[in-house]
Amino acid sequence: MATTTTLPAADYNHNDHHDHGHKETFITKYVFTQDHKMIAKQFLITGIIMAFIALFLSILFRLQLAWPEKDFPILEVFLGKWAEGGRIKPEFFLALVTIHGTIMVFFVLTAGLSGTFSNLLIPLQIGARDMAAPFMNMLSYWFFFVACVVMLASFFVESGPASAGWTIYPPLSALPTAISGSGTGMTLWLISIGIFIASQVMGGINYISTILNMRTKGMSLWRMPLTIWALLFTAILGLLSFPVLVSAVVLLFFDRSMGTSFYLSDIIVQGQILAHEGGSPILFEHLFWFLGHPEVYIVILPSFGIVSEVISINSRKPIFGYHAMVYSLLGISVLSFLVWGHHMFVTGMSPFLGGVFMITTLIIAVPSAVKVFNYIATIWRGNIRFTPAMVFSIGMVSFFISGGITGLFVGNAAIDIQVHDTYFIVAHFHLVMGSAAIFGMLAGVYHWYPKMFGRMMNNRLGYLHFWITFVGAYFVFIPMHFMGIDGVPRRYYAFTSFEFMEKWLSVNVFITWSAIIAGLAQVAFAWNFFHSMKHGKLATQNPWGANTLEWTTPIERIHGNWPGELPTVHRWPYDYSKPGHSEDFIPQTVPYSETMSSNLPHDFEGNPEAEKIQREWEAQQLVVDEESK
Amino acid sequence: MNATISKLDEVKTGNWSGGTSPFKIEYGKIMMWLFLLSDAFTFTAFLVAYGAQRMFIQDTWPNPDHVFQSIPFITDTGAPLVYVGIMTFILIMSSVTMVLAVEAGHRNSKKEVVTWMILTILGGMTFLGCQALEWSHLSHEGFWFGAIPDSYLGAQQMGATQFSSYFFAITGFHGFHVTVGITVNIIILLMTLSNVFERRGTYLMIEKVGLYWHFVDLVWVFVFTFFYLV
Repeated sequence: MATTTTLPAADYNHNDHHDHGHKETFITKYVFTQDHKMIAKQFLITGIIMAFIALFLSILFRLQLAWPEKDFPILEVFLGKWAEGGRIKPEFFLALVTIHGTIMVFFVLTAGLSGTFSNLLIPLQIGARDMAAPFMNMLSYWFFFVACVVMLASFFVESGPASAGWTIYPPLSALPTAISGSGTGMTLWLISIGIFIASQVMGGINYISTILNMRTKGMSLWRMPLTIWALLFTAILGLLSFPVLVSAVVLLFFDRSMGTSFYLSDIIVQGQILAHEGGSPILFEHLFWFLGHPEVYIVILPSFGIVSEVISINSRKPIFGYHAMVYSLLGISVLSFLVWGHHMFVTGMSPFLGGVFMITTLIIAVPSAVKVFNYIATIWRGNIRFTPAMVFSIGMVSFFISGGITGLFVGNAAIDIQVHDTYFIVAHFHLVMGSAAIFGMLAGVYHWYPKMFGRMMNNRLGYLHFWITFVGAYFVFIPMHFMGIDGVPRRYYAFTSFEFMEKWLSVNVFITWSAIIAGLAQVAFAWNFFHSMKHGKLATQNPWGANTLEWTTPIERIHGNWPGELPTVHRWPYDYSKPGHSEDFIPQTVPYSETMSSNLPHDFEGNPEAEKIQREWEAQQLVVDEESK
Repeated sequence: MNATISKLDEVKTGNWSGGTSPFKIEYGKIMMWLFLLSDAFTFTAFLVAYGAQRMFIQDTWPNPDHVFQSIPFITDTGAPLVYVGIMTFILIMSSVTMVLAVEAGHRNSKKEVVTWMILTILGGMTFLGCQALEWSHLSHEGFWFGAIPDSYLGAQQMGATQFSSYFFAITGFHGFHVTVGITVNIIILLMTLSNVFERRGTYLMIEKVGLYWHFVDLVWVFVFTFFYLV
């Protein structure tokens, strides 16, 4: 990419030439900003807007699912020909499902989640002035923004948005004549995702090189907060998997417009035999899921990181099994590249290969379970503070458990044949990567809001938001498991058209009402988020009593993050409730000489000199104690 | 006492202890390596798709020696591998001149950097020109995306069509990379001429762009192997 090469470069990194002096205009401060904290906010607010759009789309198709025979004249007012007579058309129903999925997976839970928190937390938590390449960071956001615009623009083309599902399987997506959404809408989808991948690559290489190169003095890898570890693995996954989607998309593009047959063979459309011969749609599935499966971990890993941090801080305890947490992240990341076949058990894959993919898939349960147990062990007998961030984190763990357990079912080649492409799958991934990831993201927003805006969010609204969303999400997705076991397929337009599905209509009504109520609860969040920017309670410098470096920066969020010198790191980030210390947290910047009463021999591993000094001090303390008796 | 405290609070200074680059390289170079790693996955995906396709319809796959046997302006038949050999040689030579440009950059010798960069750009352009000639020759014969000459009959058609589609898609994608490389090379040539690097005191940018250029050459070696040799 040409942009990588036009950057100024002097020494290893430009950590120290931060420029306070020069004037900033509105454009350079809020629009084309190169400050990582502002770019994080841009990612976050764009992500929130996209999330609301995608949520609204889901409510629209939920209306159709619950009341397939009923007219909603209001829909015609703003959807026009897509809802003639107040009833959503089948083609538009498919478009709604497709764009809901695409926006949620790529624009909200990938860019909105890791884009926001990588930008915000990486420089702040490793002690850097900014990203390695601030200009590319800016480009990364604006590519993402353009991708969003292109995707939404597809609602305004004659033939409607893409409607082949978020996985855009050919042949449906490859033949513009197959369905109206496979025309211009599909082309826009491909362009949008192409731009999106460019944004991801620019962001990803930036995040990785920042973490590698720009850690401040004393911030060794094993002193990095788990958020940074998680964001590092997320960036690596994105860097290695998204380019494969580029290949898939390029070949699909040729199939659509150049008459090639990479993914096509033996096809009849509307009674006409097409000339395409020799390709295979299964090839697309392989390429797509080589991205697609790591993608679900790109979605969930940042949430893991955020939740680790929030749970540890709010339990006032060190995270349980810090090293195990890192190794399980690593294990999940490596395995995520070896399991894509479990999306394809029903494609006629050889049972032996299916068995291999099944084993790798089930092995992922091990590191995932390690993480869950460590969260619970961290909370166990903790001095818990139920802040909104904390309850959202606990909610995240809950969703991850209940969604993860069904993962063992669907990862099994034999059972998957029964539940493949049913509502069971819908329920599974909405809990495990949808709800869990969004709860992690919300926990992050509530937790780092004071850092981003210098003010606190309202706690009461936070709890209201949490309970309605939490219960609502379970009400929406738990019934879907039963529908799926009964074999109800996903993406079907009208339940009344199939006799065996009709009995589920009442359940659909229940789900839709739950979705509407949970959706309305998001208004509480939006109000809280935007209102608190101006009117929230002013934040203190370290409102949660946290150890990590971002809470040592001034509240004013200056460019360059720290006035004067960069902080030096003396300890790991989880010294909460350390025995012998007067407070229940010790920030990473506090040197051991100031915490003599709580130092442990373990703290000085590899430095016998220091350990000796510590022991001498302790011996002296004993003498002092004796004398005072 | 102060000595005691400093012993206690001593911050480790290893490569990975923070405050320094673990690989002792500048961030831009790490970013370039990471980008190349990512791009390698794109090309790998293309070539794996190609390999899988070829394996499944092995029997009808055309013999590359029959497809590529022309040398533009000289002969239309009977010279397999000659023309592409020349193309490959030119591209690899342009990698050599790139290495020389990087080396000259290490010595801060602006004049030599300019010479070698111009030669690199010329090499790249010649390669692209050769590729354009080859594309136009093949397309005159009837090959194109999803199209083949009428001389292929029956079962042969399927293999030939897929071969042709993959050939244009993958060499096209590679050609796009070469085009980007040439553009970037021209930009840094202009930057060299306007003394940007001299003022900066380092020609590191040449090295970073050089990495990309070598990568594009390396990819060509694979493309060449899979389409022309095996």
